[in-house]
Amino acid sequence: MTIDVIEPGLSTTVQDTGRYGFQEYGVVVSGVMDEHAAIMANALVGNDDHEPLLEVTLIGPTLTFRNEAIISLCGADLSAKINGLTIPLWKPIYIKEGSTLTFGRPIKGCRSYLAIAGGLDVPVVMNSSSTYSRGEIGGYNGRLLRKDDVLHKKEAISEFTQILFKYFKSHITTAEAFRYVPWTVSTSLIEMYSKKSPIRFIKGPQYFDFTEESLERFRKESFQVLTNSDRMGYRLKSFKLELKQNIDLLSEAVTMGTIQVPPDGQPIILMADRQTVGGYPKIGYVASIDLPILSQVIPGEKLSFEEISLEKAQKLLIEREKLVKELKIGLLLAIRRMDGA
Amino acid sequence: MDEFTFFPQGDRAVTIKMGKEINITTHKKVKLLCEHLKSNPFTGMIEVTPSYTTVTVFYEPKDLVLNSINESPYSEVVRILSTIISSINITENTDQTKTILIPVCYGGKYGPDLAEVAKIHQLTEQQVINIHANQDYLVYMIGFAPGFPYLGGMSEKIATPRKSTPRSMIPIGSVGIGGEQTGIYPIESPGGWQLIGRTPIKLFDVERDQPSLLKAGDVVKFIPITKEQYENWEVS
Repeated sequence: MTIDVIEPGLSTTVQDTGRYGFQEYGVVVSGVMDEHAAIMANALVGNDDHEPLLEVTLIGPTLTFRNEAIISLCGADLSAKINGLTIPLWKPIYIKEGSTLTFGRPIKGCRSYLAIAGGLDVPVVMNSSSTYSRGEIGGYNGRLLRKDDVLHKKEAISEFTQILFKYFKSHITTAEAFRYVPWTVSTSLIEMYSKKSPIRFIKGPQYFDFTEESLERFRKESFQVLTNSDRMGYRLKSFKLELKQNIDLLSEAVTMGTIQVPPDGQPIILMADRQTVGGYPKIGYVASIDLPILSQVIPGEKLSFEEISLEKAQKLLIEREKLVKELKIGLLLAIRRMDGA
Repeated sequence: MDEFTFFPQGDRAVTIKMGKEINITTHKKVKLLCEHLKSNPFTGMIEVTPSYTTVTVFYEPKDLVLNSINESPYSEVVRILSTIISSINITENTDQTKTILIPVCYGGKYGPDLAEVAKIHQLTEQQVINIHANQDYLVYMIGFAPGFPYLGGMSEKIATPRKSTPRSMIPIGSVGIGGEQTGIYPIESPGGWQLIGRTPIKLFDVERDQPSLLKAGDVVKFIPITKEQYENWEVS
């Protein structure tokens, strides 16, 4: 199965759930920004969580499928169309050979995940297929997609995919270029993308080293995400966050979602392509449960923060992961029913 | 082991602080705990990374087995780690330190700032080389860039402030001084360090099982080589 890259889009990369196990060697984790949308995209086409897929950013690519394929698109609504007709998000979609997928105006969100049943066939570098473009590591030749690149799908086809193919081929008409399933995923899995809620954060180790006034304003005000924000970090336009007194910190490991404050007092939220260590004061950490919605914030938009306890953050994260697990079971049942019908 | 504290590094990692300042005793504790955890990972552990005084353990909250609904994955991880740490004996033999020799062509076009560094300290270029090369450097951690070592042990005699205007591109293998630190650039990157030499050795190579030549706990020694040796190294 082959896909031609007609136009690459703004920043389209191959990603998976990240390159873990090599941070002690300074190897950046990378991986998808919105893990929830990526895992959903893979689940909907029968892939496991770690299959490489495409992360499409704001201005999507134009891709022509030389062969038939089953895809799903999750996350941001970037006006995706097949042969000019709008396709839905959050569903498995069958595409006939020779069809072209395009993207248009960004409607909602920043990053969309395009999964292909079977997974993209790219080399595994240090246990992962994720692209770290600054280090030219992994993904498609270590870089963003370019015009005239050619992508391939892995050969193996799961039983899940076979059933989907059988179903779609018996339902699609000759006039149609694509077809999607009649069912849809539970709103409980996607409703958070529609809410304009504050980003929840856990207090960082230097939280109480900031002045009362800075903390008060940090919790109350909203912050614009600056346009020089990227996969490495989100830079926020802010009043100057002040420490009570200067503190000298030794560099140590950092995590995705860390809200660090350099001496200029302008916070930076570390994202997927963050360095492995950092030495700036950490006012907080974005709770993992809200990293997906943070990843969908477009530079230029505003966000605000709301404190959450570590215990609550972990509880909510586990609850959401339970929902995803239930979705996967539900999908298997739905697929079996389709096979029987 | 004694004197350690825990703090959450967000909701999917915990950091264990094993000392207050950079020294060999703390470094040995850090190294020992990292190695122990790598050989004996607990259920839900993803990976461990060392720093000067801390060990950070990344974990998957949903994979931890909790004894009661009142317990959080974080408190369970802290409990597991406390048990592990108290069972480790600090006198365990950990002196299997690896010494890695790094050939460096000092000065000239490969070390464009050597003359300036010498001038600042009123030394000859050769004296700077002798001070920099005749020294054991301990790798405290790797970070900043893939394979970039944070080295301890440079003589204060050659500590030199960073350049006032950083270079937009520093070539791979450049050996530099930045304040009281010395280091090697494993990938091309911008930077403000004073460049005193360059090594032909690859510090980072994704094709190797251990992609980074160096790891925390290694000892580095710089061996001066000539321009000819450097250039022949490049072609070999």
